[in-house]
Amino acid sequence: MDEILELKNVSKTFRLSAKQRKIEHTDSKLRVAVSDLSFGVEKGEIFGLLGPNGAGKTTTLRMISTLIRPDSGDIIVGGSSAVSSPWDVRSKIGFLTSELKLEDFFTPNYIYDFFSSLHNVDEKVRDERKQFLFEKFGIDRFAEVRIANLSTGMKQKLSIAVSLVHDPEIIIFDEPTNGLDVITSRTVTDFLLELKSRGKTIVVSTHIFSLVEKLCDRVGILIDGVLVACGSIESVSDGMSLEDRFFDMYRKVMDKRQ
Amino acid sequence: MKSNVITIIRKELRRFFFDPRLVISTLILPGLLIYLVYSFMGTGFTASFSTPDTYVYKVDTVNVPESIHGYFDGIYFVDQNEVDGYNAGKERLDAGESDALIVFPEGFDETVAKRDPEDIPNIDIYYNSSRVPSAEAYTNLVRILDSYEKSISNVFDINNTEKQYDLSTQKEVTSKVFSMILPMLIMVFLFSGCMSIAPESIAGEKERGTIATLLVTPVSRSEIAIGKILSVSFIALLSGISSAAGTILSLPKLVGLSGQVDASGYGIGDYVFMLLVILSTIMVIVSVMSIISAFARTVKEANTAVLPLMILSMLVSVTTMFGSSVPNDAVWYLIPLYNSVQCMSAVFGMSYSLVNVITTVSLNVSLSIVLLIVLAKMFNSERIMFSR
Ligand SMILES: Nc1ncnc2c1ncn2[C@@H]1O[C@H](COP(=O)(O)OP(=O)(O)O)[C@@H](O)[C@H]1O
Ligand SMILES: [Mg+2]
Repeated sequence: MDEILELKNVSKTFRLSAKQRKIEHTDSKLRVAVSDLSFGVEKGEIFGLLGPNGAGKTTTLRMISTLIRPDSGDIIVGGSSAVSSPWDVRSKIGFLTSELKLEDFFTPNYIYDFFSSLHNVDEKVRDERKQFLFEKFGIDRFAEVRIANLSTGMKQKLSIAVSLVHDPEIIIFDEPTNGLDVITSRTVTDFLLELKSRGKTIVVSTHIFSLVEKLCDRVGILIDGVLVACGSIESVSDGMSLEDRFFDMYRKVMDKRQ
Repeated sequence: MKSNVITIIRKELRRFFFDPRLVISTLILPGLLIYLVYSFMGTGFTASFSTPDTYVYKVDTVNVPESIHGYFDGIYFVDQNEVDGYNAGKERLDAGESDALIVFPEGFDETVAKRDPEDIPNIDIYYNSSRVPSAEAYTNLVRILDSYEKSISNVFDINNTEKQYDLSTQKEVTSKVFSMILPMLIMVFLFSGCMSIAPESIAGEKERGTIATLLVTPVSRSEIAIGKILSVSFIALLSGISSAAGTILSLPKLVGLSGQVDASGYGIGDYVFMLLVILSTIMVIVSVMSIISAFARTVKEANTAVLPLMILSMLVSVTTMFGSSVPNDAVWYLIPLYNSVQCMSAVFGMSYSLVNVITTVSLNVSLSIVLLIVLAKMFNSERIMFSR
């Protein structure tokens, strides 16, 4: 096995603010978002992190992307530790999450160039890559339109393009098709498959079973911050449909809790 | 490293200069409004509190003595008119037909001539202080009659020649006025300039989730902090210049020195020191505001949190207006903001010491660097950048 990404016993606990405790009707000051998480992703595969809302998917992907640090454990990305050398990791990955927004005021063209230059991309390479991505996503027609005036789908496609300015080896997308119409959604999934065919490694999080079945080589099922299953879709499904198998496990976790 | 800072500064400046609303509200409006308001206030004051130079006061008299009748004849702005007793005169004054009524005792000239210390005649001057011409007529009449009195019983004169006695030059008057008023105004301008952009540039990006996009790139946090602080400082400086231009242009009208403000007393050195003090002050203000903004979750929160700082600095800057002299001890110049205000006051008053200016500028610069490091640390803190 050639693992390009590896999580080793990663845990993350958040301290809840007073406001958040009130919103969520809870007295506990701490929230365990991810607990003792370990899994590996092989080079060139698409790995799916499947789980309901609040399972800890975004937290996990943020830790991989160095935006937040795990409380314990380590994450190795392409040979570098996300904990001790976040800079190396940032230049190896492309990260996309709905929380990362682009400044509304600028045009796709300007924003793309801005992030390219922060990633030190050579201008000639930048222009070729931009043309390819903008054509692929149909952004070229809107290249000089302010982002504020773009549709949600177009914004999401631009975010994807921007996350790939440096042609990263590892691509981490948090719920990439969330809130997209069927056509844009299809463009995105087709593009992910195309990236895989070019040898990229991809990690996606989602709560949509069909997306995992269509896209992923392997899947990890995350419930309440705990990885309850991990492996190829066939091995995890164990003869059932992925959805049935998921609810089977979900019920077990809930029963154990009571 | 350097190129990332430049890329960020270019983006920040583009964000600002390509947005007509921001440019108008932070660069054009402050200067223009200040100019209009001050000019209006200035001309308004002069118009409502004085009469035109060509105005002739209508002065009624009762029992006017020969001597004074002749004296008034020589004064072009007094139009004297003898009336028939106090009552008639009062009626005319009430009706606004005259500006003042002077009642002389009978036989005034004779009584004066006797020079009897037991028998000093009294002159009554009636007027209506609610009418500007009448109030002015009263002051002028008192002055005229006073000098008449001196002319008939002259023992000695004071300053009664053509010589120039007030040895202050216009430049000195200007520098005095500037050193009292400008430091406070400049602080107000710098603060409001910073207030309109620093919270937006940091808390705004945090609120909208765009700063997180920056944080996943391999750009160091200190590069982001330097880029932000330098670009915000630059815009704040421009905003300050706009306000300062408005003030300087309207100041003559405001302080009633129309056409007499003379800033030619300042040399290049003064301007350089002033600029250094102002620049280093902006850096301090911007970095403090940036840190406050980084703690805030929204622009609104940031604006509220910055307010006490603004009030504090206003209080500090008022100190120059109470004429208390600028402290000389260099220790005073280690207090941020206070040092800037005192330095500006001293430079405008042309009485600064090099040591104090250098102390101020170096303290401000080092403080900014420390604050910048703090800000970079904050960008690295998930508790601060991703708080919910
Ligand atoms: N910054 C934070 N502060 C406090 N709690 C958080 C924070 N981020 C996430 N959480 C909590 O951690 C849990 C996992 O969240 P998340 O990783 O966003 O789940 P998912 O992406 O699977 O929906 C949730 O209960 C969420 O409320
Ligand atoms: Mg999520």
